[in-house]
Amino acid sequence: MAPPADARLQLETVRLTALYGRRAVVKDVSILFPTHTVTALIGPSGCGKTTFLRCLNRMHELSEGGWITGKVLLHGEDIYDHAIDVVQLRRRIGMVFQRPTPFPTMSIYDNVAAGLRVNGGRPRAELDAAVEGALRRAALWDEVKDRLRHSALALSGGQQQRLCVARALAPEPEVLLLDEPTASLDPAGTQHIEELCHELKTRYTIVIVTHNLQQAARVSDYTGFFYLGDLVELGRTEQLFTKPTKEQTEAYITGRFG
Amino acid sequence: MSARRLRRRIVSGTMTTLVGVLSFVAVLALVLILGHLVAKGASSLDWAFFTKNPVPAGESGGGVANAIVGTGIIVGLAGLIGLPIGIGTGLYLAEYGSGRLGWIVRFVADVLNGTPSIVVGIFAWTWLVKPMGHFSAFAGSMALAALMVPMLARTTEEMVRLVPHSLREAALALGYARWRTSLRVVARTALAGIVTGSLVGIARVAGETAPLLFTALGNLNFSTSVLEPMQTLSLQIYVYATGPFDEWHRMAWAAALVLMGLVLILAIAARWALRSRYGAAR
Amino acid sequence: MAPTAAPEPRWPILRGVNAGDRLYRGALTALALTLPLLLLAVVGELAVSAWPAIRRFGLPFLWTSVWDLVAGVFGAAPMIFGTLASSLLALVIAVPLALGVAIYLTEFAPKWLRQPVSFLVELLAAIPSVVYGLWGIFVLIPFLRTYVVPPLRATLGWTPFLSGVFYGNSLLAGSVILAIMIVPYIAAVSREVLLAVPVSQREAALGMGATRWEAVWTAVVPYGRAGLIGAGILGLGRALGETMAVTMLIGNRHDIGLSVLQPAYTMAAAIANEFSEATTDLYLSALFEVGLILFVITVAVNALARLMIWRVARGTAVGSRAL
Repeated sequence: MAPPADARLQLETVRLTALYGRRAVVKDVSILFPTHTVTALIGPSGCGKTTFLRCLNRMHELSEGGWITGKVLLHGEDIYDHAIDVVQLRRRIGMVFQRPTPFPTMSIYDNVAAGLRVNGGRPRAELDAAVEGALRRAALWDEVKDRLRHSALALSGGQQQRLCVARALAPEPEVLLLDEPTASLDPAGTQHIEELCHELKTRYTIVIVTHNLQQAARVSDYTGFFYLGDLVELGRTEQLFTKPTKEQTEAYITGRFG
Repeated sequence: MSARRLRRRIVSGTMTTLVGVLSFVAVLALVLILGHLVAKGASSLDWAFFTKNPVPAGESGGGVANAIVGTGIIVGLAGLIGLPIGIGTGLYLAEYGSGRLGWIVRFVADVLNGTPSIVVGIFAWTWLVKPMGHFSAFAGSMALAALMVPMLARTTEEMVRLVPHSLREAALALGYARWRTSLRVVARTALAGIVTGSLVGIARVAGETAPLLFTALGNLNFSTSVLEPMQTLSLQIYVYATGPFDEWHRMAWAAALVLMGLVLILAIAARWALRSRYGAAR
Repeated sequence: MAPTAAPEPRWPILRGVNAGDRLYRGALTALALTLPLLLLAVVGELAVSAWPAIRRFGLPFLWTSVWDLVAGVFGAAPMIFGTLASSLLALVIAVPLALGVAIYLTEFAPKWLRQPVSFLVELLAAIPSVVYGLWGIFVLIPFLRTYVVPPLRATLGWTPFLSGVFYGNSLLAGSVILAIMIVPYIAAVSREVLLAVPVSQREAALGMGATRWEAVWTAVVPYGRAGLIGAGILGLGRALGETMAVTMLIGNRHDIGLSVLQPAYTMAAAIANEFSEATTDLYLSALFEVGLILFVITVAVNALARLMIWRVARGTAVGSRAL
């Protein structure tokens, strides 16, 4: 089923509940992620934001006892439908994790190309162009262009994380999921990643989970506040941070708990 | 310092020295054995030793060419069968081994790892030598392979488990299928460790004698046929060491030195493999 | 804003990739199944081949001392006794050595010494059994005869344990060589057990004013006690199954005696020695029964060892690697 040529991407969840066995950690959450925006998900530890994120690219079901009810729609199609190929889906929705995870036995070039090579062979020139493009979009090209064949482990933490971003971008996904991407980085690395979010949102739809309220305020257009598995409030970032409608949101933002 | 405290200090110092001495004794045993091998065996290592076959009993001269080649063939064949099965089982245990079958396979591997190799030898005799009607290098290789598989299964599993879960997740999130993740990312990251385990396994079976006593049997002549009895260094050492001739004893030392050299090379290669790969799990 | 165009359609709905997963899992499962099948085959084979002897001699096989080829009467008591005696004696000698090495390596050795020494101890485990036997015949036995037995006899010769003439091949020689052989295994496992003890244990003891040795002996070692005992039992399991070095040194005589200076026999040595000479079916069957008994004992001992080690080292594959 091919989408219309100029469709606006719609990523949305409809009454999504995520469970481990019988325990629901995300309860009845419905969010629409507008195309080419950044949505931040905030909330105290363990309140389900990461689990929610992992439902969006069907990583949640890889955990022991993980399953969902509800729907996740990409272009109106439920990604949990039986006919959907999970592996292909994950190439359309990329993910960057909390800790940088470059593949240790591969060079920088091979790391970025990793997501491309799975889809059958591509001519060398095409691969080169794709790798360069991804590295440029991740703002890493200038720093590594002379050592593409070197081990990915020679990079600093911040560079490795940008490498993981490049790796996620190379297959040209439509959505980029970021799970606390700056949690293990120093301030310089964090700044790089945040700048990336601004640049990348012109091409991708971004959902970012973060513990850092200032980061959410800096980076996102929309923010959703999770608490104990419920989506307490969702709205435009400036509005949520200055005039939250729910008491819990205000309590969290002003630091009364968390 | 009070008397009691002084006494405790003395005890501590003494015991520290004692454990040092015990360690020294343990290492000394190794040094002595290797030393004797070199002292008594090195002088017999000439070109003829490596290229000639044994001569009739009582005569001098001759060599262990048949044993060296035999060791290579039997161990090589054992590795050809045992490595894929063992590593494959290890991958199974790491990837899919959390269920009941995984538990059973793990338990069986541990049981077989602790089984005396002579028991495996008489098993191979019953299943391979008796039906075939004669001893063969093939039966010997199978017995050795049966020893290798459980060993490799456990070491491979252990090495693969050391690969961080996050790497697997990163690959899956990129759109890698599970089999591809398991092979191209996880196993590849653990490759150095798997190679180490394989080399150690090969070194261990290269020195085995008991399972070969009733399978490969030994052969005084040069043979490369796997369907015939074949000689190995270990078998040769056993025959020569327990025999009546001084000449045989001399050659036993030399053959032991060669065998030990082979084992040492494999052991050092195993260690080196672990060291040289960047990022491999330690 | 339209998504950037890529060469292939962006919505392929394939199920093809799953076939790869199924094939992979199937192939690995098939390979993994060889192990349980192999074990079943081994146990089944031993039982079937031993059955004639089991039926003939029954339970008394375990405590009868006859080994009469002509009359066709067999009893495995001397072999069982010799196996247990040599292994236990080896354990008594090996445990202090191995424990000493483990403690030294984990607690006291200077950092630069740790890698080389542990490598050397590991190398001991790599020496083939037959090479140990060779060394035992021509170096150990003369050494025992000249430097060890006379003083032992002078001091303890009045006990039944050191009576009789020492011809060389003896329970003593077999036990000593076994001890040297199992030291690296016990040391390696003990070391891992000690490393698994939380650092806080030692630090708490030191913080209370203990000397270095006291911290180790009263805090670290007791914490890992179950694992250390397990390491010892593992060493015992290895000793029980050793064949070549033992058969070359122990004398190979069907005899039960209290003196360690006398020749003795073990189950593994008996099989190695006599399997090819077994002329009658009953003889062969008796040897298979010996193999079965050996198998059962070794499996039981190893299982016990693993259970105890697991309690401290939490389910890693400690002790089951080759070196």
